[in-house]
Amino acid sequence: MATTDPHAHDHHHDHNHGHNHSHDPIEVAEGAGEYEIMVHAIKELLIEKGVITGEDIRKTLEFMDTRTPALGAKVVARAWIDPEFKKRLLINGTAAVAEMGIPMGDAELIVVENSKDVHNVIVCTLCSCYPRTVLGLPPDWYKSRNYRSRVVVEPRAVLKEFGTELPNSVTLRTHDSNADMRYLVLPERPAGTEGWSEEQLVAIVTRDCMVGVAVPKAA
Amino acid sequence: MSEVANPRFAPGDKVRIANANPPGHRRVPVYARGREGTIERICGAFPNPEELAYGFDGLPKRPLYRVRIRQTDIWPDYKGSDKDVLELEIYEHWLIKA
Repeated sequence: MATTDPHAHDHHHDHNHGHNHSHDPIEVAEGAGEYEIMVHAIKELLIEKGVITGEDIRKTLEFMDTRTPALGAKVVARAWIDPEFKKRLLINGTAAVAEMGIPMGDAELIVVENSKDVHNVIVCTLCSCYPRTVLGLPPDWYKSRNYRSRVVVEPRAVLKEFGTELPNSVTLRTHDSNADMRYLVLPERPAGTEGWSEEQLVAIVTRDCMVGVAVPKAA
Repeated sequence: MSEVANPRFAPGDKVRIANANPPGHRRVPVYARGREGTIERICGAFPNPEELAYGFDGLPKRPLYRVRIRQTDIWPDYKGSDKDVLELEIYEHWLIKA
């Protein structure tokens, strides 16, 4: 039986939805949203005008798909094992990851170290800057307005929602990557990992630990 | 990035972020405007994003600093440790000696 609900159909349609009030941009659009259409239009224009080629775009996408949190995990595990590397990493993150064959591209990397007294968490309040060359594409929550606005105002409450509860004896540093630097958290090596191999250590360093919303666990 | 030839500020210096609201593309979040903090490090010199945003070359490059601000100085009702800080990147032309 046909329904009278106008939204019960399942085809995608243009979400210009008949009202003219302004509202927050819709961050997860169905089908080809306005921004997606705009991206395609700009891409076609840039190719038509000879600014870039389709091959350039394909190569960049192929490169970005090779970037995953496993790269960041290798950097962290190396820093845990090699104190000299760790020193270089904290002084100049860009140069230290380049030693491992990881290019930062146009951005510079700052590595911030967690200890028993200090915890670091990363956000970009203005857009969604993320250390993509060491962590790959950001998770949706990192780009959400909710995370971006709240983690600067009430970072401890946000971390708690991620299951990370910090005692007040730990100083929390929230890093807003609002301009040209990108940030990676160097988590504290957990107790119980003494004598572990680099591969074993890599396995416990997750993406969320390197953004600072979680901490690595030995078990 | 390039090195900053004559940085106006050094790590540890007390600074205030300008409390200005000019139109256009700015990289200074509103929550940080008018706040006082300390220089955590000099990041280097970068093309000015306020110019880049409108198709200019952003030159000369502007010194960029990392500023550390106490959370309780940003949010009066901040819940957490008094030692908690927020760090962000501010271009030299937005910084005033405090």
